[in-house]
Amino acid sequence: MSERKTWAERQSSTWKTRVGLAEMLKGGVIMDVVTSAQAKIAEEAGAAAVMALERVPADIRVAGGVSRMSDPRMIKGIQEAVSIPVMAKCRIGHFMEARILESLGVDFIDESEVLSPADDQYHVNKYLFKVPFVCGCRNLGEALRRIGEGAAMIRTKGEAGTGDVVEAVRHMRTLMDGIRMLTKMPKDQLMSAARDMGAPFDLVEEVSILGHLPVPNFSAGGIATPADAALMMHLGAESVFVGSGIFKSGNPARRAKAIVEAVSHYDDANKLADISENLGEAMVGINCGELGDKEKLASRGW
Amino acid sequence: MKPIGVLALQGDFLKHIQVLEEVGAETVQVRDVENLRSIGGLIIPGGESTTISKMLRRWNLMEPIIKLVRSGLPVFGTCAGLILLADELVNWNHLPRIGGLNLIVTRNAYGRQIDSFEAQLEIDISGGPTLSSFTGVFIRAPRIESNGLGAEVEVLSSFEGFPVLVRQKTILAASFHPELSGDVRLHSWFLEYMVEKSN
Repeated sequence: MSERKTWAERQSSTWKTRVGLAEMLKGGVIMDVVTSAQAKIAEEAGAAAVMALERVPADIRVAGGVSRMSDPRMIKGIQEAVSIPVMAKCRIGHFMEARILESLGVDFIDESEVLSPADDQYHVNKYLFKVPFVCGCRNLGEALRRIGEGAAMIRTKGEAGTGDVVEAVRHMRTLMDGIRMLTKMPKDQLMSAARDMGAPFDLVEEVSILGHLPVPNFSAGGIATPADAALMMHLGAESVFVGSGIFKSGNPARRAKAIVEAVSHYDDANKLADISENLGEAMVGINCGELGDKEKLASRGW
Repeated sequence: MKPIGVLALQGDFLKHIQVLEEVGAETVQVRDVENLRSIGGLIIPGGESTTISKMLRRWNLMEPIIKLVRSGLPVFGTCAGLILLADELVNWNHLPRIGGLNLIVTRNAYGRQIDSFEAQLEIDISGGPTLSSFTGVFIRAPRIESNGLGAEVEVLSSFEGFPVLVRQKTILAASFHPELSGDVRLHSWFLEYMVEKSN
């Protein structure tokens, strides 16, 4: 069996392997971490992956200014610290940040509205990369545009750095409503639906047949408690991203572990009650209703 | 046939359930000890082995599953499932796990995500069928080391000099993801030759 393999016998970074990693993360929690020590706490708590960042979204809000890709040195430190997948964020449309992250060997790139957009019209052409991408969305049209550009995973945006789940709920409900609407729609109306939502027709047709997105669908932006995580799983999320919610809370290790447990037992209220006990202070947070439209990160992305 | 349990704590368990249902098996999602009653076989899916190991202990599933595997329940582990069934791990040997497979596994040995790949495998089962051109999807895959294989371990397929599919009596394990290939032949064979014959 050790004879030389031809190209056709070993193909790297195929669509199946890219979406496949997203499949492996299902039923898990992806945690924002800013240091190797936090990454280890996350891994120890049972995180399925970590997102390496210089600042969590709550601190990005406070700091203001332009928010960019993290220092490669810091990302490398986290890659060395843990054995689980490491993700990192690039700015919307900043394909050179994405190239740099790819060269570092990160396992997933989040083309994220949490950072300052680098391009106010176009996103990265994600098909040109070996590394898979995850992108945010607020509705079905936005999700299908990102998948059309090559995203291997979608996450609803929510409102990062607030600890308020209301926007995450709204975006997930809007997305799922869009999907349910397509599955009921007569075939001859699909082209107009594609036009109205600004989505590729082929993907609109596929969703109308499948009844779900063609890639895994996760939730992000404002999840702060085990109950929040379980709520998002019930609304259609297949996994959750938790950003500021863990390391801005009173007892990160305990809260991280509890959210991991809640995602795996989201349908069992008795267990959730047990899991939610005695976790210490949740992050203080910001009510999304008090944010002006300009302060909302979710409106970034086209 | 009794239903097949699919460990549903984290990972791509729904993909396994899809394939099993496609070949006509009944399935049970295993999240609690009660779910283990009356299953005819067990699948340990892909996912993060560290996460699944934590959840196995948290919900008191580790000991009952170890007992079932030792008592001869047919079990099929893929990727993270292989890691959890391995008797020895390079580097991560402290990871609490099920064990039962007398071999050595190295986690993430095929590289990071950008090194993930698909390969055409030849699967040759002694006393069973040959599954030709089976697409193996390898994602941040663990490697079964070719040294340290126990005498009772049969290698059913190899790629680039390393075993990728092995069987030890009632335990079947793959370093790749048959549940992602769209090919149901391996699950079918597991049901027909390993589950039905043991029940």
